[in-house]
Amino acid sequence: MKPPPFRYADPGSVDEALDVLAAEGDGAKVLAGGQSLLPLLAMRLAAPTTLVDVNRVPGLDGVATAPAGVRVGALVRHAALLRDGAAAGVQPLLARATASVAHPAIRNRGTTVGSIAHADPSGEMTAVLALTGGSVTVARPSGRAEVGWQDLFVGPLETSLSGPAVVVDAFFPALPDRSGTAFAEIARRKGDYAVCGAAVVVSLDEDRRVAAVRASYLSVGLVPEVHDLSEAVAGKPVDSADWAAAGALARTLVDPDTDLHATADYRRLLVGVLTERTLAEAAAEAAAKVTGE
Amino acid sequence: MTTKLFGEPVRRREDARLITGRGRYLDDIGAGALAAAFVRSPHAHARVVDVDVEAALDVGGLVAIYTYEDLTGPMAEPLPVLIPHPQLHAPRTGYPLANGVVHHVGEPVVMVVATDRYVAEDAAERIVVTYEELPVVVGIDTARAAGSCVHPDVPDNVAARHHQETGDVEPALAASPHTLTFTQTIERSACTPLEGKGVHARWDPDDGSLRVYSSTQASTSVRAAIAAKLELSLDRVEVIAPDVGGGFGVKIVHPWPEELLVPMAAIRLGREVKWAEDRREHFVSSAHERGQRQQVTVGFDDDGRLTALDVHVWHDNGAYTPYGIIVPIITATQLVGPYAIPVYRVVVESLYTNTVIVTPYRGAGRPQGCFAMERTMDRIADALDLDRAEVRRRNLITPDQFPYDHHLTFQDGRPVVYDSGDYPGLLEKLTALVGWESVEERRAEAAGRGKLLGAGMALYVEGTGPGPYEGGHVQVLGSGKVLVSTGLTSQGQGHETVFAQIVASELGVPMEDVEVHTGDTRRFGYAVGTFASRAAVMSGNAVALAARGVREKALRIAADVLEADPSDLEIEEGVVQVRGTPGASIPLRTVAVLSNPLRYAFDEAAKQATQFATHDDTRPPVAPGDAPGLEHRDYYSPLRSTFASGAHAAVVEVDPQTWEIDVVQYAVVHDCGNVVNPMIVEGQVHGGVAQGVAGALYERMAYDADGQLQNASFMDFLVPYASEVPDVVIDHQQTPSPLNPLGIKGAGEAGVIPGSAALASAIEDAVGRRVAAMPISPSELYDLVRDPSSERTAAAGRRAGTGATA
Repeated sequence: MKPPPFRYADPGSVDEALDVLAAEGDGAKVLAGGQSLLPLLAMRLAAPTTLVDVNRVPGLDGVATAPAGVRVGALVRHAALLRDGAAAGVQPLLARATASVAHPAIRNRGTTVGSIAHADPSGEMTAVLALTGGSVTVARPSGRAEVGWQDLFVGPLETSLSGPAVVVDAFFPALPDRSGTAFAEIARRKGDYAVCGAAVVVSLDEDRRVAAVRASYLSVGLVPEVHDLSEAVAGKPVDSADWAAAGALARTLVDPDTDLHATADYRRLLVGVLTERTLAEAAAEAAAKVTGE
Repeated sequence: MTTKLFGEPVRRREDARLITGRGRYLDDIGAGALAAAFVRSPHAHARVVDVDVEAALDVGGLVAIYTYEDLTGPMAEPLPVLIPHPQLHAPRTGYPLANGVVHHVGEPVVMVVATDRYVAEDAAERIVVTYEELPVVVGIDTARAAGSCVHPDVPDNVAARHHQETGDVEPALAASPHTLTFTQTIERSACTPLEGKGVHARWDPDDGSLRVYSSTQASTSVRAAIAAKLELSLDRVEVIAPDVGGGFGVKIVHPWPEELLVPMAAIRLGREVKWAEDRREHFVSSAHERGQRQQVTVGFDDDGRLTALDVHVWHDNGAYTPYGIIVPIITATQLVGPYAIPVYRVVVESLYTNTVIVTPYRGAGRPQGCFAMERTMDRIADALDLDRAEVRRRNLITPDQFPYDHHLTFQDGRPVVYDSGDYPGLLEKLTALVGWESVEERRAEAAGRGKLLGAGMALYVEGTGPGPYEGGHVQVLGSGKVLVSTGLTSQGQGHETVFAQIVASELGVPMEDVEVHTGDTRRFGYAVGTFASRAAVMSGNAVALAARGVREKALRIAADVLEADPSDLEIEEGVVQVRGTPGASIPLRTVAVLSNPLRYAFDEAAKQATQFATHDDTRPPVAPGDAPGLEHRDYYSPLRSTFASGAHAAVVEVDPQTWEIDVVQYAVVHDCGNVVNPMIVEGQVHGGVAQGVAGALYERMAYDADGQLQNASFMDFLVPYASEVPDVVIDHQQTPSPLNPLGIKGAGEAGVIPGSAALASAIEDAVGRRVAAMPISPSELYDLVRDPSSERTAAAGRRAGTGATA
C-alpha cells in the first residue's frame, strides 16, 4: 500500500497550477485535502503522473457569505465550514451536513470543494450542492466559468471537467424565505459513508401552507439526485402535512443499489423513513420562521 | 502475599510509553533496512504457469527477487503442521512461496527485496505471473457438496472429523420428553490487530548469527522454526518480539512464510531486511476465524433440564491447517459451558475452502460453542414458556460438584475437568446487575417511545492457562533493581505491570524497582507463548515461583549476616529485617552484592557490602549446590487448564422503522479466580466485549463465489469504533483456582465469548423472530422481519396474545 512514483508540484497561484496541469496532461491530479485521493494512491487504484498540490495557493481558503449565498474556497476544510456561523445563518445545511462528514481528523484536513470535485454520490456536500442548486467556479487557461451542479456530476467519482482545470470554489445559494432544512444520515458506524442520507428543504407560503418540498439523497444513485416531493404535500397546512406520504413518494423515485452493507430494498426503506423524519424537522423550522414574521 | 500490590488496581506502567509514541514496534526498527514486498495470488485456486520477472529488472533500487525455485532444503518443503492430531486425517500446509498451485487469494508467490517498500512494490507490480484458474470452493455448503476440491487428494474437502461423546446419545434423545433440532450459522471474522505482522532480520556474517525481530506472540517458537528451516544452530538465532500492536491470536501462528523468507533474504544478501505487513495483505494473507454451521439436537424434560445434546458442526478451516484442529476442538469441548449435560455427542467436520486459513482469534472457537449452547437454552425456554434465566439455572453445575469432569478431552490433550466455579452465583449477580426482573417494564416503556426492546444473556466457561509450561527468571542487582524475565510475549495486555505486581508482592520490594522483560529469547529461551488466556496463569505463577526462590536465597544470606534464623526474617520495601527487632536489617540490594563473592568495589553498594561480609574459612566461597548472584529461575507447569467463567447480558433497542440495533446496556459478571489487577482485568473484558459486539453486529469476511474478499479494508470490514461499543458494567466473582500457587485463572479472551449469543438472544427477544445467523446488520434484520417464512418465537406469540406458534 505505497503509491507508485509520481511527480509533485506545489504551484503558488491558480495560473501556475493550470500551467502545470496543461504541461502534464491528463495524468495530473489536483491535490487539496487528500482524504480521498491519497488512499486511492496508496492502494494503487489511482496512478497520477503528477500531483498538483494547491495547498500553498493563496486566496483559496476563504468563506464568503452574502445574502445570496455562501462561496466556499477550494482550501476551506470541512471543519472550518462546520464552525462558520455566518455561513450557517445563510444556508444552514452547510453546518448540518458537514457535521456528518467522516471524523474530526478527516474534517480537519479534507476540503468541502475537494469532496465535491471527487464526485462521490455518498458525499454529504455533493448532495447539499445539488439540493441548494449550487455551482462551482472552474478555472481554466481560457478563464473562469461557473458550472452548475447538474452539469458537473457525470457518474460515480466522475465529473464533466477535463483538460487543465481547477475548481476554485463552490457556491451554495441561500436558503429561501419561509424555508427550513434538515439533514440526516444512517451509517453502519458513526462517521462512515452513509448507507443512506437525506438533505431536505421545505418552503411554506405566507399562510403556513406547504409550497415546495425538495430532497436530495446520499448513497442511493450514481450521481447526486434532487427530487421534488411537493406533489405529496403541497397546499397542506404545515401542521397537518402528511410527511409519510412524501416519504412514500420518495421511495418510488429512487433506484438504489445493493452493496456489502445494505440491500437496495433497505436503502429504499431508509429513503422513506429519512424523508419523513427530515421533512417534519425542516417543516417545523420553516413554520417557526413564518410564525415569527 | 506480604504486600498489598497483588490485587490492587495499579495503573499500567507501559501506557505512558505506548500512548506517547515511545513504543518500539516492528516498523520502528531498522530504518536503513532493505524492504520486502510480495506478489500475491489474485486467484483463489490456480496453477502457476509462469513467473516473468523481466519487466521488474530495470526498476532502480531492486535488490533481489525470489520464487519457489530459489528455495532450498527445508525451505522448499511444506510449512509445518504445528499441532498434528490423529483426527486431522488430511493435514495440508502451503509453502513459503507458492509451489505450482495457489489455494487462496493472497498466497505469496514472489518475494521482492528493494531499497525501500515503494520500490519493492513498484517492482512487484511489474512481475507477470501467468495462472491457469482452477475450480474454486468458497463457503461451507460448497465445501460439503464437494463438487470440486481444494486439494486434489482430499476429494471430500474434509480435513478432519473430530468426534467426542460422553455416552449413547441416540437412546437418550429417544427417551427424552422433548427434543428440538435446529441449525444456525456464524460468519467469519478476524483478529485485525492495528499493527499487522512484521519481520526484521539482521545477519552477522562474522559470527554467523541471526537476530530477528518479529511481531509475534511466540518468539521462542519462531526462533526454533527459523533455526530448523534455515538450517542454523539454535544458539546462532535470537528472536525478539518488540512492542506488538495487538495479536488476538493471529500472531501465535508460526512460522509465517515471511518469518522465514525475510531472514533467508538477510542471510543471502548480507543486509538487513524488513517486511511490515500492510492492511490489505493482512486481510488476505494472515488468518481468519469463526465461520461455522451448527446443527443442534437437544433433549430435555418438562422442567427444561437437558437430557441429551447432539451437535454437528461444519467448520470452515480455509485452505490449509497449519494450526491443526485447535479451533474445532475448542468449539467441541467448550460448548458445554457451565451446564451438566447427561449425554453429549459432538462431531466437527473441518472443511477446506479456497480462502485464508482459519486459526485462533480471541475466543478461539468458544464464541461459536457458546452460541450453540446458549441459543439452545433460549429455545428450550421458548418452547416451555419458561424464563430464560430459570432454564439456565436448572441446568447449571452446582458449586458442590467440583472438580467437575465432563469426560471430554481438551485442546491440550488433557481432560476437561473444571477445577472450581460458582455458576449459580454468576447468574444471580448477572440478573441483579442487568435488572432481568424489570425487562417487561422496560419493554413497555420503550414501546411508548416507538422502540422494540429486548434482553438476552449468555454464560460461558473458558479453559484458560493451558500448559505445558512457562518459566520466569528473577534477579536482584546490587543497585536494588529487580529484573524479571519471562519468555512469553506481550501485545499490550499489561504484562509489565502485573508481573511486576506479582514479583514485588512476593519479594517485598517496591514496584518501581522491578523491571519486566518479555518475549526476548536472549533473556529467556524456553517459553510457549501468549495465547489461550494463559499469560497471567502461566508466567504469573512462574515469576512468582522464581521470586520465591530469590526470596529464599536472600533470607538465607541475610540470616547469616544478621545471625538470625531465616524464618524470623521478612522483606519489606526492599529491606530484609528481623521480624520485631528494629535495626536488625540489611537492604536487599546489599544482600545481592553479598551473593557474589567476587566484589570489586566499583560502586558504593559493593563498598557497603564489605562491612557485612563474613569470613568462614571452613567452606568455599561458593558452597556446593549454590551459585553466585541473587537470582532464581523456575517453571510453572500445570496438570491441566484452569476454568474461568462468566455471564453476559445485553439489552437492545431496535428501531422498527430503520431496524437499527442499539445496545443500550451490556452487563458482565466475570470470574477469573484471584485477580492480580482488577483494572487490567476490566480492560481486558472491555476489549473483549468490543470484539464480541463486533462479531455480533459488524464484522464479517465477505467472500464472493470466486474467493475474492470483497471487504479487505477498514473501510468495508467494520471494526466498531468507540462510538459503536456500549458502556460495559462489570461485577466480579472470585473463585480461586486450586491448581496454581496464585489461585488465578485466565482473563484475556473472556469478554468476547458470549457476545454473539447474548446479542442474538436480545435481538430475537426484541423483534420476536428467530435469529439463527450472526452477525446481523440492520439490512439483514429488515429482511428477517419482513420474510413471511421466518420463524416467530413462541414468546412473541404469547406477548401478542396469539398463543405459541413455534
